[in-house]
Amino acid sequence: MAKTIEEINAKIRSGKVVVFTAEEIIEVVREKGIKQAAREVDVVTTGTFSPMCSSGAFFNIKQQKLKMKFGGGFATLNGVPAYAGLAAADIYVGATAIPDGDPRNGNGRPGKFRYGGAHVIEDLVAGKKVLLKSGAYGTDCYPLKAREQTIGLEDMNDAFLFNPRNCYQNYNVAVNLSDKPIYTYMGKLKPKLGNAYYCSAGQLSPLLNDPYFRTIGIGTRVFFCGAEGYVAWPGTQHNPTAPRLENGTPQTPAGTIALIGDMRQMSGEWLRAVSFTGYGVTLSVAVGVPIPIIDEDMLRSVSVTDDQLKAPVVDYSEYYPLGQGEAKLGEVTYQALKSGSIRIKDQKVPTGSFSSYALARKVAHHLKQVIEDGDFLLTQFQAPLPGAATEKEAAK
Amino acid sequence: MKQTKLVFIFPEDTVEEPVTYNLIADYGVRVNILRASIDPGKQGRMVVELGGEEIQISQALNYLESLGVVVAPLAQKIRHLEDRCTGCTACVPHCPTRALDVDRDSWKVSFDSEKCIVCFSCLETCVYHAMSVEEQFA
Repeated sequence: MAKTIEEINAKIRSGKVVVFTAEEIIEVVREKGIKQAAREVDVVTTGTFSPMCSSGAFFNIKQQKLKMKFGGGFATLNGVPAYAGLAAADIYVGATAIPDGDPRNGNGRPGKFRYGGAHVIEDLVAGKKVLLKSGAYGTDCYPLKAREQTIGLEDMNDAFLFNPRNCYQNYNVAVNLSDKPIYTYMGKLKPKLGNAYYCSAGQLSPLLNDPYFRTIGIGTRVFFCGAEGYVAWPGTQHNPTAPRLENGTPQTPAGTIALIGDMRQMSGEWLRAVSFTGYGVTLSVAVGVPIPIIDEDMLRSVSVTDDQLKAPVVDYSEYYPLGQGEAKLGEVTYQALKSGSIRIKDQKVPTGSFSSYALARKVAHHLKQVIEDGDFLLTQFQAPLPGAATEKEAAK
Repeated sequence: MKQTKLVFIFPEDTVEEPVTYNLIADYGVRVNILRASIDPGKQGRMVVELGGEEIQISQALNYLESLGVVVAPLAQKIRHLEDRCTGCTACVPHCPTRALDVDRDSWKVSFDSEKCIVCFSCLETCVYHAMSVEEQFA
């Protein structure tokens, strides 16, 4: 039995599609077995909600009567610098950009990073206006040299998120072996293995459910912060050659995807600015990818459970920043991570996460609902991600 | 037995007095130091939980007053802004008293202000600004 995307879409249109979340499918497979469940189930929805630093937004700002060339000049939004090295009215605001006046980690104190690019994006999505300040050198066709104005999404021709790297397939578990607390992008790590942070939805995470990228590729339509978004490209640092467990899932950070989506369709419920003390500003992003159950192997992949997914434990006091010391302190399952503590070097270490499993679950349920309602159709990708299993390999 | 959370503000000249020792040895109260910043020669500040019979505590407070120590009820309260909380659990391993905890089925983070010792760990840890401080002047 093999199902095509077209057959599944026909079932979505006729309201007969059978959808489960990547969490619910575990129980379905336990009850019915792979063969029967693969016949009955059409789509499994995944979800994640997590800080993803490589995020940002392109804006095209409506010109006034007197035109201005932002390109080659400068622009700030609520004091946050935007990139203005594009055409006349295009700018890009990265999630991690911070205003010039921010004290950062000055005076030896971990900075608070109260406002940055992610907050600009959050404010605009929430319907708020932000203060644009810009300057240009002036040309014959674009004479205006300065513009200061509060603008909202309605003052832009286009506003879309274009995130070069989202949805990391697996991630490090961060710990601190040193004897003083450290502030990292994986949170505040207490000395001497005082705590461990992980950052993945585990069994609900999109790319962990399709470990060989058999259905997720360039052009795949996804749920993206409330909008219908698309996989635009392999994400930066996409690495399909990471070591893998027998079930195909990588044991280290591996695949990634670049995502694109219209900000006007997004909502503050699914996109949040965050401030990491001592590290910086970033954006938490909700992503849900529907996985068509094209065959039994695909069902096997999506029914993976937290106890079958493993993440490497990495020291962020020495190994990560300096490349010195032990590369990997061990490997732990997501089941252990989610239990509240893990064991490292014979020590019980309390765990916490930056990825919200509660919201990952909400994303997966939401996507299930819109597919059942016939409001979200699946796509056949236009090109595979690097390292994707070919049909031949998959058949093995 | 009575238990109460208090803030002691020490004037510069009492910082070198073994106040905590005296409270325990002379007044028989239980002193649990929740937070302290004391520099000799400078004003000190200590958040403590005092435990004991009512009479012991009131005598202890009289002793502190005689030294010029200002005693105030714990004036700050931490609030959990549920609408900002994503249930990510980043705060949980940093909360020393498990005032912040998570239900591992619903993945809902709960906050028990009775257990909170106002250590501010969660304020530093929560990236969503879902924890806030309320000043309460009693």
